[in-house]
Amino acid sequence: MAGNNNSRTMRINLKVWRQKDRNAGGSLVDYSLDTVSPDMSFLEMIDVLNEKLIGKNEEPIAFAHDCREGICGSCAMVIDGEPHGPQTGTTTCQLHMRTFSDGDTIVVEPFRAKAFPVLKDLVTDRSALDRIQAAGGYVTVATGNAPDGNAIPIGKNIADLAMDAAACIQCGACVAACRNGSAMLFVSAKVSQFALLPQGQAERERRVSRMVWQMDEEDFGSCTNMGSCAAACPKEIKVENIARMNREYGKAMLFGHEAKQAVED
Amino acid sequence: MNLDSKIPSGPVSEKWTNHQFESKLVNPANRRKFNVIVVGSGLAGASASASLAELGYNVKTLCIHDSPRRAHSIAAQGGINAAKNYQNDGDSVYRLFYDTIKGGDFRAREANVYRLAQNSVKIIDHCVALGVPFAREYGGLLANRSFGGAQVSRTFYARGQTGQQLLLGAYSAMMRQVDNKKIELLNFREMLDLVLVDGKARGVICRNNMTGEIESHAADAVVLATGGYGNVFYLSTNAKWSNATAIWRAHKRGAAFGNPCFTQIHPTCIPVSGDYQSKLTLMSESLRNDGRVWVPKNGNDTRAPDQIPEEDRDYYLERVYPSFGNLAPRDIASRQAKFVCDEGRGVGSTKLSVYLDFAAAIKRDGRATIEGKYGNLFQMYEKITGDDPYKLPMRIFPAVHYTMGGLWVDYNLQSTIPGLHVLGEANFSDHGANRLGASALMQGLADGYFVIPTTLANYLGSTKLEKVDTNHDAFKSARAGVETGISRVMNIKGGKTADELHRKLGKLMWDNCGMERSEQSLKKLLEEIPKVRDEFWNDLRIPGDAANLNQELEKAGRVADFIELGELMARDALERRESCGGHFRSEYQTPDNEAQRDDENFCHVAVWEHQGEGKAAKRHVEPLTFENVKLATRSYK
Repeated sequence: MAGNNNSRTMRINLKVWRQKDRNAGGSLVDYSLDTVSPDMSFLEMIDVLNEKLIGKNEEPIAFAHDCREGICGSCAMVIDGEPHGPQTGTTTCQLHMRTFSDGDTIVVEPFRAKAFPVLKDLVTDRSALDRIQAAGGYVTVATGNAPDGNAIPIGKNIADLAMDAAACIQCGACVAACRNGSAMLFVSAKVSQFALLPQGQAERERRVSRMVWQMDEEDFGSCTNMGSCAAACPKEIKVENIARMNREYGKAMLFGHEAKQAVED
Repeated sequence: MNLDSKIPSGPVSEKWTNHQFESKLVNPANRRKFNVIVVGSGLAGASASASLAELGYNVKTLCIHDSPRRAHSIAAQGGINAAKNYQNDGDSVYRLFYDTIKGGDFRAREANVYRLAQNSVKIIDHCVALGVPFAREYGGLLANRSFGGAQVSRTFYARGQTGQQLLLGAYSAMMRQVDNKKIELLNFREMLDLVLVDGKARGVICRNNMTGEIESHAADAVVLATGGYGNVFYLSTNAKWSNATAIWRAHKRGAAFGNPCFTQIHPTCIPVSGDYQSKLTLMSESLRNDGRVWVPKNGNDTRAPDQIPEEDRDYYLERVYPSFGNLAPRDIASRQAKFVCDEGRGVGSTKLSVYLDFAAAIKRDGRATIEGKYGNLFQMYEKITGDDPYKLPMRIFPAVHYTMGGLWVDYNLQSTIPGLHVLGEANFSDHGANRLGASALMQGLADGYFVIPTTLANYLGSTKLEKVDTNHDAFKSARAGVETGISRVMNIKGGKTADELHRKLGKLMWDNCGMERSEQSLKKLLEEIPKVRDEFWNDLRIPGDAANLNQELEKAGRVADFIELGELMARDALERRESCGGHFRSEYQTPDNEAQRDDENFCHVAVWEHQGEGKAAKRHVEPLTFENVKLATRSYK
């Protein structure tokens, strides 16, 4: 029970990636903490380390974080070789130190991918994902002209599947987990959400084409069906979405009037 | 100070329609001549950016994160209210309006709240059209659930991730306009000052937190949608980067602050587990649809919860409020939790928590049904606490969640600075002294999608605006001020971290201006805060330099503003000699411990005007008149 572990503390050794800025080289630096509570989140453990570093007049470790409840998608650390660490379906901020043992040595690195340059320490630039969204991750509807919300019935099973795909938090763990640095799971989640829903039908071909092309323009690698992406996903987005996106893309290329138009855009 | 609320005349149900007709328009071909800065990219900021860009204005959106989709609206769990009456249970625009006015303990403006209820209906339609995957019934129609303070089922939801899905809808609309080149999206930007020319808001100074560069941006109008200031308390359900800097610096430039002391303490959060605690996590109010809140009747009862028989449990909300039961409004549910813990009947090792128990619901509906409704919340609870809520009741305790107060705005959502509009949680406008559950998402989107397109056009269409660029002296001096401010904090070179001082401020605020306040506690707080301020300005340490990503520098600026805002909150709480909604002054309570309002003396908005550095702010009032809802003692019994 939370609060009951206070009396027990652990010693944790860390090897953390430190890098001054985008252009500098980086290296793993050793730290250790003696008073880690098992009830701390992984980020709270880094907070404690940072307070200690500031006390010694050293620069604290820069890392992205915000909501600390697993939904904003900011936090992004590779922990012992796995994006977001060893626990399945868990973001770094929701990983708690009770997952580790007293005396463990933990290696902490940024999400590594060609498309995610490191900006400082554990902070990377994931703006490529936003550019893919801008290319087609929407339904074209201007504010003010929507029909009644119940005008289009959507079966519960379809709504649920769309919601499963829409749960993606754009953290980029799928990219970091992929040996090719592919963003297929991320892109396919958005494509699937709209391909499943009636609202997405009007521009489904244009959407998938444009999103895939934007993905190819950024430095993401290709998908070789390893499935590491889905294994690392903190929201457990399913790899079936990739199959759905491939189908969507194939259809768009074969039959899509919009796809041809999009080439001209 | 001119506090004209600009409430349109006529019956409340016709005010907005009339106002839309009477407002000035900007011809579609002329809209591209206007530049608008939107600060913030949460529900209010993203929806405003999208809708203004769709209309043809040139929008520049400043976002503090690496992507607009990280804004803290993303974390809202339970749902969004709308007066659709899809459930045939007697809901209407008028009822939503009535519930919101009553839930806010009669401290909100009728006209604004009525408009909110009217727009609620259109929000659902628009979000569905955007592809937001709301929960559905088997027949394919939209599902609803109930939230606190209402006896109808009007809350629309997407599992426990409604805020995420609504934000992603607004974000997608916004990114479409980024692709159309109608929105220039500037990430990693933190607004550090507002620039006024001829008394009108004409731009902002911001820092690119990734590069350290200070930037000036000019425009014809500025929209602030930067959220609330719950992080004054350090521990809150807000995200770590949620801050008051944009609204506070606008306040110092002349935007009056409305009801700063109105803070919402949410009854169902995961309790604190240790000193290292960095934030508190909310467990959605929707859980109170099926969860029952209780504590042991006897404070010395040390049995495990499942070993305590029914007759030894006190389901205190059901006991005290038989008609609303576990769905009593947030302020009331929080206070009752505090009372039972004060009596020594709290549970857990700290005795500062109560049970939220699903055993009866699981027995009644089956585990699968409960998992379908709340699966992700149960999972989150287990990750944080290590306890399985399917087997043991959750332990919850109130935590700071939302701030009803904010920058004062008129009916057009314009602050006391012409051209500065404030949307969403950043303004004070719609929730009075207590916000009802599932109403924050509603307000953010109503303001952004449906109100600002009309009212901003009215401003731009009726105001003479000289051409101004960032070479103007006002920009140069504001920028110099920001740069001086940064070098001042960098050069303190003391020994304490920003977090350390923030925690200290937060504890003072929670102990003296939290769930319960008194003249004595507030006076003590007003003595203590200046000490924290002195400590900050004499003993802060920020390693590294300002010409790079420096998260300690970012924190320091926010803490400096929280310290000043905390002082204003204390002063506001002290001056409001009544209890209402979330503002509970221990001196003013009924014999059965309910908030005792004083309508004769305090039926108004307290509006604070900044008087300059080191001087006490000046209090003004905007009287509130109730023409439709009768002022009455709130009762949920």
